[in-house]
Amino acid sequence: MSSRETMLGRIRAALADVPAEERPEDVPVPRDYRRSHAGADVVGRFAERVADYQATVRLVAEPELAAALGAALTERGARQVVVPEGFRAEWLPAGPFTVLSDDPQLTTGQLDATDAVLSTAALGIAETGTLVLDGGPGQGRRALTLLPDYHLCVLRADQVVGDLPEALERLDPRRPLTFISGPSATSDIELDRVEGVHGPRTLDVVVVTEPGRSKEE
Amino acid sequence: MSDGLVWLGTPAFPQAARKALTDTQLRRNLRKATGTIRDKRLRVSAELDDWEQLRDSAAALKLRTLRHLDRYLEQLEASVTAAGGTVHWAADAAEANRIVVELVKATGGPDGGTREVVKVKSMATQEIGLNEALAAEGIAAYETDLAELIVQLADDRPSHILVPAIHRNRAEIREIFRTRMADVPAELTDEPRALAEAARLHLREKFLRAKVAISGANFAVAETGTVLVVESEGNGRMCLTLPETLITVMGVEKVVPSFADLEVFLQLLPRSATGERMNPYTSAWTGVHEGDGPSTFHLVLLDNGRTATLADQVGRQALGCIRCSACLNVCPVYERVGGHAYGSVYPGPIGAILTPQLAGVGRGSEDGADSLPFASTLCGACYDACPVKINIPEVLVHLRAKVVDAKRGRTVPTMESLVMRAATQVLAAPGRLSMAQKAGALGGRLVGRGGRIGPLPGPFHAWSDTRDLPVPPAESFRAWWQRTHPEETGR
Repeated sequence: MSSRETMLGRIRAALADVPAEERPEDVPVPRDYRRSHAGADVVGRFAERVADYQATVRLVAEPELAAALGAALTERGARQVVVPEGFRAEWLPAGPFTVLSDDPQLTTGQLDATDAVLSTAALGIAETGTLVLDGGPGQGRRALTLLPDYHLCVLRADQVVGDLPEALERLDPRRPLTFISGPSATSDIELDRVEGVHGPRTLDVVVVTEPGRSKEE
Repeated sequence: MSDGLVWLGTPAFPQAARKALTDTQLRRNLRKATGTIRDKRLRVSAELDDWEQLRDSAAALKLRTLRHLDRYLEQLEASVTAAGGTVHWAADAAEANRIVVELVKATGGPDGGTREVVKVKSMATQEIGLNEALAAEGIAAYETDLAELIVQLADDRPSHILVPAIHRNRAEIREIFRTRMADVPAELTDEPRALAEAARLHLREKFLRAKVAISGANFAVAETGTVLVVESEGNGRMCLTLPETLITVMGVEKVVPSFADLEVFLQLLPRSATGERMNPYTSAWTGVHEGDGPSTFHLVLLDNGRTATLADQVGRQALGCIRCSACLNVCPVYERVGGHAYGSVYPGPIGAILTPQLAGVGRGSEDGADSLPFASTLCGACYDACPVKINIPEVLVHLRAKVVDAKRGRTVPTMESLVMRAATQVLAAPGRLSMAQKAGALGGRLVGRGGRIGPLPGPFHAWSDTRDLPVPPAESFRAWWQRTHPEETGR
């Protein structure tokens, strides 16, 4: 008998007390928790919560976006910046840095030698201050937002949702997903959080406010 | 030195605890660390006014999963396979190790295979002693989580589920790095930031050249085949993204029914574990993704005592554990003795119910696992803290009974069973009880000092050495009642 059959047989024997006609949905699962804890001002909550992780958040109107991205990269001293496929051309910043493409794919060594990555995100989660990347346009493969030490991430205000339940219902599990909450960190020394281990040690987030709508909305 | 579920050669809990209690440095380190994390956890869980509803939902989801585990595992196998992964079934530790070793060897092609792997922190691979099994085949396994790295460099054992090096303070960690890390930076201070930087430099090259990574899994979704790793440092992302081959070893109980169910667990786990609203990184992948990450993905489903645990209708709830460690951080026993005293990769309250069940209750207490259900005051703090509402005190009491039952058949009775037999005789007859109470009152006053009975000589010392008793009163309640209410003492 294969181990597969052995294990499934052991499980069925162990569950002899479960009636044969019981279906999984017969075991009630209460769902009376909130869909969101974030309140109405999700962008405000998002900015506040991202900042809690020692990451910076800027709200920028679309016409000023390219300049703001260029300023952020310059301020952080980036010399090479990798920008994934699908990043909108009109958002591309100019400045004293070289913009690298990942087509053809950069080697791991080349990526490791790259200072910064400028990406978009699939969505933001306000309550937890989380960015979610799913490899969509402007996000690239997962290594791109991992090896460079500085991650500059742009998302539109309407991509920010209140909380995890709202985020998961918008995400496609068939895509590779990365949930990012602040720069890399560890709590392994005396259970105190310090930022900066293997992942990017600096994370800046720029939220593009929609044209014609005020920042407070 | 992380040699499996139960560490051979370690003493039973009472002996190990007595030794640990004399280590004042250990007690200081633990008090500081658990105190920090307790406050943070309370703060972030109090932000959610539906925390209790989330716990109820999580407990129900785990119950649903466990009651239909066969079905969910078959579904998981089908969805992972459809997404380009390969699923393996391992009935015990030896089989899991054999599968992983063969997979690693197979990656090298004709020139002999990969001689090193990078590892994401994983309880399952510690439980099966995978690093030792790989080393026996000449394959080096590099732990990449900071705390695991500290433990591995120091040739130490883990003492906490989430933070295996919790028993070490920053000065000790600096010393371990200075003496054991070949490429340690000169002038290393004990600032946590500097220590984290040293680990970054030490592991960077290993991440970049690794061909094979081995991970555990926090969750695996039956419906979609999505596997998740929850982490902080980015070492997980490195291992899950850069190598060509990824091998994930997960206990069968980690499966969850649907992708949407993660909305419950991902709210509970980080807040309960590190006291953060969200951990820095969570990676979710489904099979293999063209042009992004490993081109080969293997998922090893591990039994190793889990199906035996499932057969116990009271004890099976222990399989709902999501390894957050909240129960360790609130436990007054754990805080004082530390994790090593439990003699297992699973210490603390959850370890006290998980380890004996995975090892087999009453299989002989030589390995000390049978002493673990007694390593508790039953105060219940662990039950209150558990995000999936595992009733740890209930399982502890249940397992105590099983351990006692297992000893019942012995030809040479234990001291405990002799005492209990005598107590049965005494308590069964009012006359005998009254005589025993008079004898106890007299004897108590003879051996007591200052109203307390301290350590006793002879066969009683094992019990009395760790407990002080008040001297029994000169007159029992029953005797007093008979004296003062003669007319009501008809029988």
